[in-house]
Amino acid sequence: MISILTTYWPDFVEGLKYTLSASILALIGSLIIGLIFALFVINPLKPLRVIGHVYIEIFRNIPLLVVAMFFYIVMPQFIPHLDGFTAGTIGLIIYTSAFIAETIRAGIESVDLGQMEAARSNGMTYLQAMRYIVLPQALKIVIPPLGNQFVNLVKNSSVLAFLAGFDLMYQGNLIASTTFKTTDTYLAVGLLYLILTMPLSYFMRYLEKRWSQGTAE
Amino acid sequence: MQNFIDAYSWINLRFLLEGLWVTIYVSAISVVLSFIIGAILGFIRYMKIKYVSAIVGFLIDVIRNLPLLLIIFFMYFGLPSTIGVRLSTVNAAIVALTIFESAMLAEIIRSGIGAVDIGQMEAARSNGMSYLQAMWYIILPQALRRMVPPIVSQFVSLVKDSSLATIILLPELMFHSQVIYGQNTNYMIPMFVALAVLYFIVCFLLSQLSHLLARKLG
Repeated sequence: MISILTTYWPDFVEGLKYTLSASILALIGSLIIGLIFALFVINPLKPLRVIGHVYIEIFRNIPLLVVAMFFYIVMPQFIPHLDGFTAGTIGLIIYTSAFIAETIRAGIESVDLGQMEAARSNGMTYLQAMRYIVLPQALKIVIPPLGNQFVNLVKNSSVLAFLAGFDLMYQGNLIASTTFKTTDTYLAVGLLYLILTMPLSYFMRYLEKRWSQGTAE
Repeated sequence: MQNFIDAYSWINLRFLLEGLWVTIYVSAISVVLSFIIGAILGFIRYMKIKYVSAIVGFLIDVIRNLPLLLIIFFMYFGLPSTIGVRLSTVNAAIVALTIFESAMLAEIIRSGIGAVDIGQMEAARSNGMSYLQAMWYIILPQALRRMVPPIVSQFVSLVKDSSLATIILLPELMFHSQVIYGQNTNYMIPMFVALAVLYFIVCFLLSQLSHLLARKLG
């Protein structure tokens, strides 16, 4: 395993770069879209609520691979030069945003309703109350699950391997098929994934524990 | 429009449904196996047995933090060169899904049991119940109510994740759709629509089960 790692180190680094950039881009994109749909779902306006629910239910119940493959195989007919990396990242954004929307919605709803009412009766508009009163309180509840979503993103970005997205999994497959040292290569790939995901998921568990003690039940 | 009518010919639909059957079959076996294994591992981790729980916990964390795709690859391509066992595609998919999902379920079950107030166990024990009795009659029923929604959504994930086994050519729904649009590129959009609809129906029905169970237990 060590010899595979040292011999093919540049390829692994290349893969790590693509895996990390896909994950980070997808996190930013899905945070924005997820927040929008979370605000739709808790909105007083019924049409927006319906749109929000439909979006979340659809993308929570369809495999990521189907969404990503759709952008890789079907969309280039309409948008030329859509490469595997971009298609995969768009797929990750759309898929993950449904889960993030759910997480943010749960976070917002866990903030006491009185907070919104108090802010409104102090003369704030709905959007002001949301922006300055409710969302900051929801943030603390939402950060550990969002961190876990990022861990999921790093793991899920391995679907880029299906789309020639040059990520870690893709590079690993190339190395495995040229060297025939499948076991060593996959162990090395696994180790690199763990270096990315383990520290973050332990940190999120720590935050969850610490912050839940702060807001004693 | 004509593409849709041609794409949904009976032969193609039947082929898709055969794929759906493999998806459901593989998922169902993995659900049962991973629930059993996940419950055992979750328990071991919860009970804090010296060394054993720590090791089991670490292994669970390792598996939870790996991409499922890697585990699938390893089971299919890695095992022959590691221990000389060659699994069929169906078995490799079931083994990989079971390993991954039982780690996920173990964590759900551990935290579900852990969330029940310790006082419940103490009260049951001081009323003369044995540890197992207290666990079975007092703790588990309370924990179960809390665990049902996350467990069911993990099962939904499992059904969706089974699509990754396309890569080892498991003849499931995703793979069958690729075979169809591989023959005629005009069928691509109809096939993706069919995929979305079929996966949605299965997963949505499964997630509705969670509400049903929650009501029954609640």
